[in-house]
Amino acid sequence: MEILNDIGIIIGISLMYAAPLMFTSLGGVISENAGVVNIGLEGMMTMGAFAGAAAAYFSGNPWIGFIVAGLAGGALALLHAVACVTFTADHVVSGIAMNFIGPGLALYLCKIFFDGAAMTLPLDLNHKIPRPLNNILPPDSFLNSVLNQYATVYIAFILVFLVWFLLYKTKLGLRIRSVGEHPRAAETLGVNVYKMKYLAVILSGVFAGFGGAALSTAVVSNYRASLVSGQGFIALAAMIFGNWKPQGAMWGCLLFGAAQGLVVYLGGTSLKVSSQILAMIPYVITIIVLMVFVGEASGPAANGLPYEKNQG
Amino acid sequence: MKQNRFLIVLLSILFGLIVGAIVLSIAGFNPIEAYGVMIKGVFGKPKYISWTIIRSTPLILTGVSVAFAFRTGLFNIGAEGQFIIGSLVATLVGYFIKLPPVIHPIVAILAGCLAGALWAGFAGLLKSKFGINEVITTIMLNWIALYFSNFMVFTEGFKRPNKDASHKILESASINILGKWKTSEVGKAFLKDNDFLRGFLNPPVNYGFIIAILVAILMWYILKHTTLGYQLRAVGLNKDAAEYGGINVKKNIVISMMIAGALSGLAGAVQVLGVSKETAVLATMEGYGFDGIAVSLIAGNSPLGCIPAALLFGGLKYGGSKLQPTIGAPFEVINIIIGIIVFFIAMPKLIEIITSIKDRKRGEKVGNIK
Repeated sequence: MEILNDIGIIIGISLMYAAPLMFTSLGGVISENAGVVNIGLEGMMTMGAFAGAAAAYFSGNPWIGFIVAGLAGGALALLHAVACVTFTADHVVSGIAMNFIGPGLALYLCKIFFDGAAMTLPLDLNHKIPRPLNNILPPDSFLNSVLNQYATVYIAFILVFLVWFLLYKTKLGLRIRSVGEHPRAAETLGVNVYKMKYLAVILSGVFAGFGGAALSTAVVSNYRASLVSGQGFIALAAMIFGNWKPQGAMWGCLLFGAAQGLVVYLGGTSLKVSSQILAMIPYVITIIVLMVFVGEASGPAANGLPYEKNQG
Repeated sequence: MKQNRFLIVLLSILFGLIVGAIVLSIAGFNPIEAYGVMIKGVFGKPKYISWTIIRSTPLILTGVSVAFAFRTGLFNIGAEGQFIIGSLVATLVGYFIKLPPVIHPIVAILAGCLAGALWAGFAGLLKSKFGINEVITTIMLNWIALYFSNFMVFTEGFKRPNKDASHKILESASINILGKWKTSEVGKAFLKDNDFLRGFLNPPVNYGFIIAILVAILMWYILKHTTLGYQLRAVGLNKDAAEYGGINVKKNIVISMMIAGALSGLAGAVQVLGVSKETAVLATMEGYGFDGIAVSLIAGNSPLGCIPAALLFGGLKYGGSKLQPTIGAPFEVINIIIGIIVFFIAMPKLIEIITSIKDRKRGEKVGNIK
């Protein structure tokens, strides 16, 4: 039983860590399927983390925080869309700009709203994202360790399904993908390429914003400068790892979350391993898995290429 | 075309400053006062000027590192990790190995370069052997580098007691300009009467800046005037065409990553030997590599362009650090300004449209006169 409980704890931690990555990674999936590379996920996630924590703090309602986080991420993504779609910018360059503007703006606003502090004030426990199954399952049981999660974890999995459904089972999804594969062909068939791209990029920002809020209002209870630090890039890596598919990205995030869960678990045992070495494990595992299982990854055909109408 | 590109950069900087001013005034700060503080903070005193140069030095090198890889069609997001490994190894050599002056820093720098080259070369190898996207591997390697460096610093014998940092490097490994002379009796007596020089030499001025400029020129030369550079650029422009032309693409990917890594490793080594003298425990990334990406983009991925771009960047960052203590404006406005500059640089089309509107107006005037 002891072992089963321990496994439960590891799975639980893994899911908790994976959820913010899943939101952000799904954002990447949508945007890149429409042919817009979004390396700015990190910046959008950071914006979401701040906006979510701040809005939840001031309103006292985590769901308002969650929605505001999505809006903030989406607003930043709108900038990215304007640059990449309307002004045919280099997607990577614009994305890097997002990664300066997002974290810069988040910390700037934080210092203005919170008297110069580099972190938002912590949320009360009952103002965080709730755990729907709290106190329902028997405490210290396997099921409780696994399933007693913040609501954002469940939403993340639902969103994986919804994005998959959207992309592969609806007309809109077909249009989004066609725009990423062959925009000119899509255009001749009457698809509004610019509109699809705008929609996809803004959605990606909204999801990345959700991801940030899933960190700042669930995993921890405030935003601080070092909170996101690189998780947007991990989500990006998970998306490439998952071959630009929602379910693949999910597995990528779960792998990373699981490695993280293992680290947290091992850190709590009497095992004498340096915490610094433990902290390396998720990154090392990711590289090894890529070497063993994944060959050359290739995204949508027209991913990252600027598209201009009426080019003869 | 070149002039056009220069204009785009200048206009982007202008837009960045305008947006920065707006962001400042919305929060109730006087932007003119803020920019005044920054300008004074960079040029106001000789020691400010040398600090700006010191701040810019590693950015020139990480900028050239990213630019070099970009030219070969690779995105070196891993400059950060290569920088960390370079500084770690330079510290190790600077502390544990006993060598005479002049030789000691050279060995430490070469060791830092080699470490950075191997670190990045691994990502290059994974790309050429397994086809793994270098963006993923270098992101992962950044974090592995960070934790590995921390692990080493925590090791008994290397860690300085009661401090979250390694031992300081030996004096013989220092690359400071007139480092010993500055604190000697003769030096003190001389500098007493020379305000400018005293101020200028007060910060840890070092040979790093000269090294960085020479390296930027060298990289420009390699890309432009050597067979290796030609091959690398050919791979960057069109991989398949390069392969058809008999260029070994896989080998070139590894070489390019190794050179880029050596440059970032050099940046780390120079920073240790010239400024920090130690490796500290890192809680999070310091950003030299990520800033290098922005420097490279502002420079249009040209190694020589990285010199002014890094000076601009270093100036903004160092001048910006004066904002909080003087007028209380958050330093992060600098990151917003830099982001906006890069944002507009990404959109040459927008700037072309703006300049063409100007031309059209001029054309209308001519028409009216007729």
